[in-house]
Amino acid sequence: MAWFRKDKKPLKATDRRDVPTDVFEKCEGCGEILYRERLAQNLNVCPDCGFHLRVTADRYLEILLDEGSFQEMDAHLQSADPLGFTDLKAYPDRVRAAEKKVGRNDAVVSGHGTLDGLPVCIAVMDFRFIGGSMGSVVGEKIARAARKALAERCPLIVVSASGGARMMEGIYSLMQMAKTSAVLARMHEEGIPYVSVLTDPTTGGVTASYAMLGDANLAEPGALIGFAGPRVIEETIKQELPKGFQRSEFLLRQGMVDQVVDRRELKDRIAVLLRHMLGAPAGGDGA
Amino acid sequence: MAAGPHLEFEKDIVELQEQIERLEGLARNKGLDVASELQDLQSKLEVLRRETYQNLRPIEQVQVARHPQRPYTLDYLDLVFSDFQELHGDRSYRDDEAIVGGWARLDGNTLMVIGHQKGRDMKENLRRNFGMPHPEGYRKALRLMRMAEKFGRPVVTFIDTPGAYPGLGAEERGQAEAIATNLREMARLRTPTVSVVIGEGGSGGALALGVTDRILMLEHSIYSVISPEGCAAILWRSAEHREKAAQALKLTSSNLLALGVADDIVAEPDGGAHADWDQTARQLQRSLAKHLSELIELDMDTLLRQRWAKYESMGAWLGEDGALDG
Ligand SMILES: [Zn+2]
Repeated sequence: MAWFRKDKKPLKATDRRDVPTDVFEKCEGCGEILYRERLAQNLNVCPDCGFHLRVTADRYLEILLDEGSFQEMDAHLQSADPLGFTDLKAYPDRVRAAEKKVGRNDAVVSGHGTLDGLPVCIAVMDFRFIGGSMGSVVGEKIARAARKALAERCPLIVVSASGGARMMEGIYSLMQMAKTSAVLARMHEEGIPYVSVLTDPTTGGVTASYAMLGDANLAEPGALIGFAGPRVIEETIKQELPKGFQRSEFLLRQGMVDQVVDRRELKDRIAVLLRHMLGAPAGGDGA
Repeated sequence: MAAGPHLEFEKDIVELQEQIERLEGLARNKGLDVASELQDLQSKLEVLRRETYQNLRPIEQVQVARHPQRPYTLDYLDLVFSDFQELHGDRSYRDDEAIVGGWARLDGNTLMVIGHQKGRDMKENLRRNFGMPHPEGYRKALRLMRMAEKFGRPVVTFIDTPGAYPGLGAEERGQAEAIATNLREMARLRTPTVSVVIGEGGSGGALALGVTDRILMLEHSIYSVISPEGCAAILWRSAEHREKAAQALKLTSSNLLALGVADDIVAEPDGGAHADWDQTARQLQRSLAKHLSELIELDMDTLLRQRWAKYESMGAWLGEDGALDG
């Protein structure tokens, strides 16, 4: 539930120098000023330090799927306001504002396509949409992608980026954890492969449901992954968290993810893993 | 059981109770005949209790759900079940006392009962971590559910937790994975399952025992994605707005019944479960027996299909034509 507290680091003098943000972007890892174009070619991974900058859902689909193969599903689904929820803002207003900002109806884009020639169903979350929070639309789209995978008997890939549950949908947001896990239970019974990719950040109810249930859990380097947000933990235990706590490499050591994979190698890695799980012959390069 | 701390909105009830006690004392000591006055006050008290408890505001429901004299899982095991044999540990790390479970009999029939367990005093609460489980608690629960499946016995879970514990160890040992695994495995458990929210249904820590064929709620229990305090702190920027958050979150049993999440409400006596444990236990026993007897009639494939359909349809969204689905 950490998605509302924005990390506002105080501006340093160096941050203020005129960097035209449409051409350049600053690496959060090493502070280097990078050409956007070069960064995009490198899949938004800093060429100098390897820091993984966040990417949009649409960009992630380009990274993983074969060119031109993606067919979007359920793009029309939109958040309802089942509780009539108003805090300092009305929930529908928050949704409209996020739609305008992201150009999407909700925090996940789903569909099917091919990955290295393998037919897959896929859902990718977008953290920019109300902190990638999971409400009914996110849950429903992921459930539908999984049902499609069941019907077609093809693997499912979910790329997570989420601050947790969308509390403006109350109990329905909590129940999306049960919903997505229930359809994954059916996939589990049918022996259909499911790969979960965890990107920065993956926390709260998303982690405690589909993000942790992959036949392979693959994390991007340095991603924040956990159930409770770091600030909530610090407030509870009244001490600072150790460096690297709840980062991908920590989860690998603790046995919660199978591999930490560089975004630039992710597509190949998923292809190899899927071919193992499907009992398919090795692909072109790995033969 | 009426003793103990009183809630703010119970002030008038307590005053009336004290008035009755004074009058009774007077009658005893002075030998006065106050029978008709007493009867008046008693019926006034009954009406006041009923009216108060039928018109609780959401934040008051939250207070009742958290009442320190409310029956907990072990109390129901004592009052509703017989032959309880507690089973400890996850066989991997340790025994988490925030969750208890084991074999028990309901009306003579063996089933597996698992529930969150809060403490009655500070010492017990430290041992039980105020009913907030660590990953090994969820894993113990799953171990017991699988054993119930193995022996073909139904599972009943009691939900009563502020939520998962936001601590170092819980994260180190993968509470997200533990909760997620419980959700998936409960969805495919091949035995009838019923969960009952008996007090506080707090977020993922509650749901980890909650993916069941039937979800029952005690009348004054609550079930929510986040505590009103936590929600207020984030959305209203201050926990002081918890009353607004409690209202907005729609977390009461009647809310959840209307939203199609709860299947049934177990009535509580006027004055709440904390005022009359025995009557609450009798209601719970009747309700459990009814739902379990319906579920055990179903063959396993039907049971699982219904369970999947129940959870896979949860939520509300707008479809293509702007119509409300789900
Ligand atoms: Zn860098």
